[in-house]
Amino acid sequence: MFDWWPVDVYDPDLEEYEQFALLREITRGFSSVVLFLIEFIREIFVGGVKTIVTFTSWEFIRENPWAVWPALPWTVVMGGTMILGFSLKGRGLAILAGIALSYISVFGQWEPAMQTLSFVLVAAPASVLLGLLFGILSFKFRTVETILMPLLNVAQTMPHFSYLVPVTVFFGVGDHAGAIATIIFATPPMIRLTLLGLKKVPEEVVEAALMSGCNNRQVLLNVLVPTARRDILIGVNQVIMQCLAMAVIASFIGAKGLGFNLLLALNQLRIGQALELGVCIVLIAVVLDKLSLAWANQQTDYFSDLGFAQRHKFSLIFAVFFALCILAAFLGQYIFKGGINYFYLIPHNQGITTEDFWQSGVDWMVENWYAGLQGFNRGLIVNVLQPMKAAFLGMPVSATFLLVMGIGYIVGGLRSALTVGGFLLFIALTEWWDRALITAYMTTFAVIVSATLGMIIGSLCAQNPFASKAALLVCDTLQTFPSFIYLIPVIMLFGVTDTSVLVAVIIYATIPATRYTIEGIRNVPPNLRDAGLMSGVSKLQMWLKIDLPLAFPHIMLGVNQTVIFALFMVIIGAMIGTDDLGQFILKALSDKQGIGNGLMLGLCVAFIGLAVDHLINTWAASRKTSLGLS
Amino acid sequence: MPSPHDSSKSEPVIDCRSVYKIFGENANRMLRDAGGNVDAQTFQNAGCVVGVNSASFQVYRGEMLVVMGLSGSGKSTLLRCISRLTETTAGEIYIDGEDLLAMSSKQLIELRRNKMGMVFQSFALLPHKTVLENIAFPLQVKGKTTAESMQRAMDMVKLVSLDGRENYYPRQLSGGQQQRVGIARSLAVEPDIWFLDEPFSALDPLIRKEMQDEFLRLQGVLHKTILFVTHDFSEALRLADRIAIMKDGIIEQLDTPANIVLNPATEYVRKFTEEVPREKVLKIESVMDPIGAETDFSDLTISKDVIIETVAEAVLAETKPVRVVDKDNNIVGSVHCAKMIHILFGKDDAVGTGGGYDPFFQIQTETGTVFGDFDRFFSVDTSGFA
Repeated sequence: MFDWWPVDVYDPDLEEYEQFALLREITRGFSSVVLFLIEFIREIFVGGVKTIVTFTSWEFIRENPWAVWPALPWTVVMGGTMILGFSLKGRGLAILAGIALSYISVFGQWEPAMQTLSFVLVAAPASVLLGLLFGILSFKFRTVETILMPLLNVAQTMPHFSYLVPVTVFFGVGDHAGAIATIIFATPPMIRLTLLGLKKVPEEVVEAALMSGCNNRQVLLNVLVPTARRDILIGVNQVIMQCLAMAVIASFIGAKGLGFNLLLALNQLRIGQALELGVCIVLIAVVLDKLSLAWANQQTDYFSDLGFAQRHKFSLIFAVFFALCILAAFLGQYIFKGGINYFYLIPHNQGITTEDFWQSGVDWMVENWYAGLQGFNRGLIVNVLQPMKAAFLGMPVSATFLLVMGIGYIVGGLRSALTVGGFLLFIALTEWWDRALITAYMTTFAVIVSATLGMIIGSLCAQNPFASKAALLVCDTLQTFPSFIYLIPVIMLFGVTDTSVLVAVIIYATIPATRYTIEGIRNVPPNLRDAGLMSGVSKLQMWLKIDLPLAFPHIMLGVNQTVIFALFMVIIGAMIGTDDLGQFILKALSDKQGIGNGLMLGLCVAFIGLAVDHLINTWAASRKTSLGLS
Repeated sequence: MPSPHDSSKSEPVIDCRSVYKIFGENANRMLRDAGGNVDAQTFQNAGCVVGVNSASFQVYRGEMLVVMGLSGSGKSTLLRCISRLTETTAGEIYIDGEDLLAMSSKQLIELRRNKMGMVFQSFALLPHKTVLENIAFPLQVKGKTTAESMQRAMDMVKLVSLDGRENYYPRQLSGGQQQRVGIARSLAVEPDIWFLDEPFSALDPLIRKEMQDEFLRLQGVLHKTILFVTHDFSEALRLADRIAIMKDGIIEQLDTPANIVLNPATEYVRKFTEEVPREKVLKIESVMDPIGAETDFSDLTISKDVIIETVAEAVLAETKPVRVVDKDNNIVGSVHCAKMIHILFGKDDAVGTGGGYDPFFQIQTETGTVFGDFDRFFSVDTSGFA
């Protein structure tokens, strides 16, 4: 691929022109920019020489040993974040930031955490900006939207892994490759939500802006984008979550930081350490999310006549704090012995750790619950999973086609039948039909359990406004956890088996089913429930005859999400050993010729997802229309 | 066409000449083929929708023209053509003598920044900005400094009596309060021309009445040139200097409220006027008799510009005709209590046409008049007033 269109490039070291492929030069140039940004931010937090090298040379560093960028003491970063949190939102956010950052530092995860942060601080803003840009473009130009939408559909159902191989081919391996893969993965939801938000802006608001004398730029930046803020912020939140979810996956292609360590810990089955690292990732996600939300919602006071000191109160406090921390770090050199300065950086091996506690917990469980867990495990595998797998694999290809296309025909006529048939045909024509069936079987099993669980939990919570609110809050919180985190506790319980993967998938995929059930039932028109009550229905009848039928289209959208969540998680499960498509994608990573395979496998997964997505969405849309709810 | 303002003295602020707005792909070609004779049905069959059909009128400085029509009548489309939120299909529109339709987008922005203000039915406030920031918004896009625009915005907050709520977000306000913000925003740049697109339609009746009063108070102070769109006929009567009634994109009648009530031009207009209580709408001027040879007047004099209802009781108490005077106290006509009875209790054609209520019996007593028919029986006892 890289022989195409050679160009002459001047090499300053050799002082001559060399021939390189144009594409390679472009991608390498792009990589080096991204890499520079990541390393620049990283060195602000943890110090280093690479930024100085970029502007001088390695020789300069060798000749001038003083030229090392010093790290910020962790106390400065923590204090700065707390002050930022306080100035944006108040005490609550400051305390949250303080707890999060001291946890990270005290547990000795400062360095990897800052590596991850630097990577997120490049990838997240880039994704947000790209998402906004394309979202706005597709809002302004219909053509862009029509071209972009199918691409987004595929991109959002492709598993994370399948991006990795193409990215390494184009951009090499390292932090920048991880960041680029993350950007590619995190941008689609941002585009979609930007477009959604912009489309929801009422016409009259735009007209009001025009009548206020806004030019096009002002309409866009001062009116459209801020008015669509709610959806755009959901997009930003998704981007941050995707970035941290990718922190782990990107470590496959050389991204440093918490994700890499987490992967290592999981591979060595060091559950306690994996847990601590997981908590770090979640904390970073939560703090970033809250800070970005608070930043977008801040309010200005125009009439307070303030002096310089008051207007710059937070900057001044930070400056004072900064000086104090530097002083403390300086003095720390003399206070602490053994060359470790706790006021500067708590090294990995010096942080406190609860690993032994968790390890002994795992040991205890293995000792005491082993029989029970293994019994459950074996029972599930032998009695449920294996027969189900055999059934999926044993079904003739033609029967599978007939079944899926038949459902398509019933739901949405010939058009739907042909659409899902097309998706299926693609998979059938690859050499991974049986692997796809294994993925399908695991996903199906997980979705059935998740959807049932979600509907039951959701229905119960929806009976009471307080419980609904609490449950939605829990769902929100759980969704901030990168998908990877769910693997940690289940490995603790079930070891490295299919059951582990399935349990993790079920926990993860139950979240959307629960959320949509609650939303669906709470949104049943109250007059219908009143009518039911006046007809004398019992609670059970209310649920069966009124709540469920009316909320069902919305619940099905939740099930749709459940399918996509489950599919992703099944693929990620490849890391703890499954034998489905995911495993092959993982293998493609270490294969030189993997780019083609990786992409094809990714498309297989995407098409399974798209087929289900198409069926459920078509059904839900027609059902909503016939119920008069849309 | 009668107008409260002398058109020869001032140039019209808004001047529309045969304005057409037709939605649809082949609108232009269709219009050219039709040669100015637009039939809504023909256009509809061709997939076009006629929004505004040959609208021609002028609005003069300080005048309030209310465009009234039911939904789909094209009233909002007409307003949007004049504010150029919608591009006009054909015709000419002049704002202060300048050709609106020929303006570049830059000129248009300048015009809107300095001369126009608009209030919307759904308020159209920016949800992410506070009351103060919303009101200051037009000033800020104009490039005024923050301090300056906030100061001005605060004055506007006071003008619409929202002091103390300037840091609220729109979602924290009631509908009426939100519309006050909308009004304040539209007035922030001190526009000459004020567009209001069903500003009070989304409000509860009581609040609507209150906002109308507020609006009249503001107009009493500000004297803007106003184009006001509404679907509420009584609102139009209450506010307007002149009313344009639209149906299917055509202006059916454009006249003063009194003339519309008294002389509906079409059957369609007449239907609106049927249920209107005249005495609450009309001024004495529109029902007074011309000055004849009579000299025997009562001591009471009333202004020709007052609404009938407000003086009815006093007129009924007089046995002699009551003099009607204009602003300079010249006698311009007279009203007799018998006429007042006709106005108050008469059937549709009682007013203006000279015919009227013909009571089955009418007895003049010492203290007043007793009259009625099989449906009603009135006793006007005027002894208390004497």
